[in-house]
Amino acid sequence: MSEQTMLKVERLTKTYRTAGGPLTVLHEVSFVLPAGSSVAVVGPSGSGKTTLLGLCAGLDRPSSGSVTLANEPIGALDEDARALVRNRHVGFVFQNFQLIPTLTALENVLVPVELRGEAGREAEARELLARVGLGERCDHYPVQLSGGEQQRTALARAFINRPKILFCDEPTGNLDGDTAAAMVELIFGLNRERGTTLVLVTHDLELARRCQRIIRLKTGAVVSDQTVAA
Amino acid sequence: MNFIFKMAWRDSRASRRRLALVSLSVVLGIAALVGIGSLGDNLRRTVEQQTKSLLGSDLTVTARKAFPAATLAYFRTVPGEFAREISLTSMVNFPTRGNQRRLVQVRALEGNFPFYGELVTEPADTMAKVRSGNFALLEETILVQFGVQVGDEVRIGQGTFTVAGSLKKIPGESAAVAMFSPRVYLSMASLEATGLLKRQGFMTQRAHFKLPAGTDPAALEKEMREKIKGERLQFATVEERKRDLGQNLKDVYSFLSLVGFIALFLGAVGVASAMHVYVRQKVATVAVLRCLGASARTSFAIYLVQGFFIGVLGAVVGAALGIGVQLLLPTVLKDFLPFQVELFVSWAAVAKGTLAGLVICVLFTLLPLLTVRRVSPLLAIRSAQGENTAPDPLRRWLYAGIAVAVTGFAILQAGRWQVGLGFALMMGLGFGTLAGMALLVTWAAKRFVPRRSLPYTWRQGLANLHRPNNRTVLLLLSLGLGTFLMLTLVLTRSTLLAKITGIGGGSRPNLMFFDIQDDQITRLAALAKANGTPLVAQAPIVTMKLTMLKGRPAEEVLKDPKSGIPGWTLRREYRSSYRGALSDTEKVTAGKFIGRVAPGEARVPVSVEEGLAKDLQIQLGDVLTFDVQGVPVTAYIASLRQVEWQRMQPNFFFVFPDGVLEAAPKTFLAAVHVGSPAESARLQQAVGRELPSISAIDLALILQTFDSIFSKVAFVITFMAAFTVVTGVIVLAGAVLTGRFQRIRETVLLRTLGATRRQLRQIQLVEYTVLGMLAALTGGALAVLGNALLARFLFKTPVVFSPLVLLGSVAAAVVVTVATGLLTNRGVTDHPPLEVLRQET
Repeated sequence: MSEQTMLKVERLTKTYRTAGGPLTVLHEVSFVLPAGSSVAVVGPSGSGKTTLLGLCAGLDRPSSGSVTLANEPIGALDEDARALVRNRHVGFVFQNFQLIPTLTALENVLVPVELRGEAGREAEARELLARVGLGERCDHYPVQLSGGEQQRTALARAFINRPKILFCDEPTGNLDGDTAAAMVELIFGLNRERGTTLVLVTHDLELARRCQRIIRLKTGAVVSDQTVAA
Repeated sequence: MNFIFKMAWRDSRASRRRLALVSLSVVLGIAALVGIGSLGDNLRRTVEQQTKSLLGSDLTVTARKAFPAATLAYFRTVPGEFAREISLTSMVNFPTRGNQRRLVQVRALEGNFPFYGELVTEPADTMAKVRSGNFALLEETILVQFGVQVGDEVRIGQGTFTVAGSLKKIPGESAAVAMFSPRVYLSMASLEATGLLKRQGFMTQRAHFKLPAGTDPAALEKEMREKIKGERLQFATVEERKRDLGQNLKDVYSFLSLVGFIALFLGAVGVASAMHVYVRQKVATVAVLRCLGASARTSFAIYLVQGFFIGVLGAVVGAALGIGVQLLLPTVLKDFLPFQVELFVSWAAVAKGTLAGLVICVLFTLLPLLTVRRVSPLLAIRSAQGENTAPDPLRRWLYAGIAVAVTGFAILQAGRWQVGLGFALMMGLGFGTLAGMALLVTWAAKRFVPRRSLPYTWRQGLANLHRPNNRTVLLLLSLGLGTFLMLTLVLTRSTLLAKITGIGGGSRPNLMFFDIQDDQITRLAALAKANGTPLVAQAPIVTMKLTMLKGRPAEEVLKDPKSGIPGWTLRREYRSSYRGALSDTEKVTAGKFIGRVAPGEARVPVSVEEGLAKDLQIQLGDVLTFDVQGVPVTAYIASLRQVEWQRMQPNFFFVFPDGVLEAAPKTFLAAVHVGSPAESARLQQAVGRELPSISAIDLALILQTFDSIFSKVAFVITFMAAFTVVTGVIVLAGAVLTGRFQRIRETVLLRTLGATRRQLRQIQLVEYTVLGMLAALTGGALAVLGNALLARFLFKTPVVFSPLVLLGSVAAAVVVTVATGLLTNRGVTDHPPLEVLRQET
């Protein structure tokens, strides 16, 4: 794996045991992502997009195959070691925002760095919140923020630990058109500014086309892997 | 580490109300434990002082003759206070009443005896007057019996004295002393003036000691026995008197320890159930933290810190509340209390309660917290696959830890390992039964509830019992254990009060007649009946001495220094009886009671009291020979009996069967129950007129002392039980309240889809009623079993089973469950769904 490679996925398979027998939701998926690139994973519901994202981000273990993230093979790591990798290299933006309801916007943004035991990053967190347009809402709780504001907080949180790779799971899925558009600008803007690798799971083809590459999944397998014309 | 504390603090901000609920259980549990511990120590001291008042001193030494000067001088060197009492038997003559005479005990006191308890006279200052000159203090019954007035003259020996007042009660009297004759007090100088002291043979002298705090009376007794050898002294200490008080005080302390155990366990149940729901609500947050890189240990630590601080806060507030309750309640209730408790804070009890509470609380918090370790970060993106359902090996260790802690606490609380283990095992049985019942209900609700024939709200309510995320296990366990523990207390209270009333209650014999000849017993029975106070007990008495013990002459055993048999058991004259059946104050503990034998039987089957059997080192089948007024009677031990000596009824060390002793010279002992001193005096006067040779002993005063102690005991039991039951009700309500959060989303969803308030209420009513009834019935059944086991093994008394109390309590548990459930859900149905959802997330 070259130094420029951020994510390498090889023959990745995920099978769940169900009452009706084993269910394979991802079948021998392979691809390589260079650092700083952006890729959209698209496909119909049940095609395995979210499962693929979970495996790539180290949220789950594959049944077979391997994932190498920032030069670390994460498939063999235990859950706590994978948590460490996530904390060091990964940022997340979820469809349903996933802010911690008991923390203010600022505190939510600070969680990843505080988890590392780093202090004195409050100014940076405020700056990030200002960058996403929430400079005045630092002390507000998630329940006091609109959906778009919650998602922007989540984006600020994703960037606070200067991630090498950002995973976005339907980041505009719960937002209206205008808010979604503003959110997309922010994601790509920050991605460019900070040289982050971007993995975007979405139904939205318009959004997918803003990435450099589109991987299409169907019933757990890659059916196409195209580079988007600039 | 810093992050863990910071996150624990921040995360708690929005959940303070729910955490307060968790804390409330701990607070009340620990408050009850501390309150009970401290008040228990207070009462122990009060009862201790009361017990001291039975003796009147820390140590009393009795001699059948005057103390030698050297002994008296030594007594005066003992640190603390010393008092001397001389008592002798003499006749008192009432010149104002036609020179009637009565055998009495004449006493004189030097020093401030009694040191504990109060000498009650009428007028109150009579004793001071007696000490000052030629006055006499007479037992109240004599005044009533002979119609003597204060100010009248009485003659004792060569002296004449003015009656200064009547004696109502004096501490330090044992039943045996008061039995022979009523008491008359004079000053020491007056007693000398009577000339009676010259007849030394009839004299008893007592030395009473009040020792400085911290002095062990038993150690002093030992020292005295060594220093004053050969004077045949008798020693009495408070400890011995306490033993005489019997099992009853032990029962109270056992009950108090049971109450403390139950209070804390109730709190623990409350903590576990509230924390369970709290943790379920935190699963999403934990998943996000895991996504952001928090390790399982970090996530777990965040909530453990919360749990620990809830415990610490609960323990501190609980301890303060416990102290407050202990200090405040008796003050508030002082007008209603039958006695005065000198209050102090027992810091040992506070520390013990707080620490035990904290440990149990944290352990029970860990149980639901283990879930946090197993939350997958995948839950943040997909709810279905987030839960790890594989068994957690740590959980088994935790169960083992809880079992050890609960058992350890139970043993610490009970003071005896057998009792503690029994408490813990019963708790385990209760837990297992309720968990089994919960699984059964879940299965049955899924398998048997008809899908079509029932109305929608019924189906929905019943389906709630088995659907994913159901509350069946949680509520059945918490409600069932709560009901079980509370009902055990309620039922045990009845059992224990029945036992105490049986001993200390109002219908026992309290006037006894002695020296009744064969031909007088029928006449006495008729007199008693005519007075409206018929004989309630009578027994023939045959005096005898033990001459042979297991083939060895008693004299030989007495001389054998290695025998280990107390001398008095061989020297004394036994006043034995014969009868065909056991009385209600005794029961056979070994062998078989034989009530009748054919006349002329070579070896007579005899029943012996088990304590004496132990002293004499005899067992079933051993042969004894008695000298029954010149006639040797050979007997073998056919049975051992346990005798409730506290019940002031005719009881005997040896009981012979009918058919052996009838021909022997004998007297009778008979007893009646009198309702008032006047009734007693009337009967005594009638008997004195018609059967003058019969002696009467009024036990009313002695029984009064017992009654006052037992009424205190009854109060303590009721108070403690009531306090803990209130704790239990709050835990029950808390369990229902915490369960509310589990159903809130779907209730709001149903509301959004158009469910009316009535429909929602019906759904909840069905679910809560089924759960409440099952929990209450299972808890009730467990409590009946628990009460039976406690009565049988701990309190050693028949079980008192009151179906009405049980039914009432079970119904109350159901009502509390349903009412709390409906009340707490009212907020959900009264507000717009969105508002509720926003507040609850």
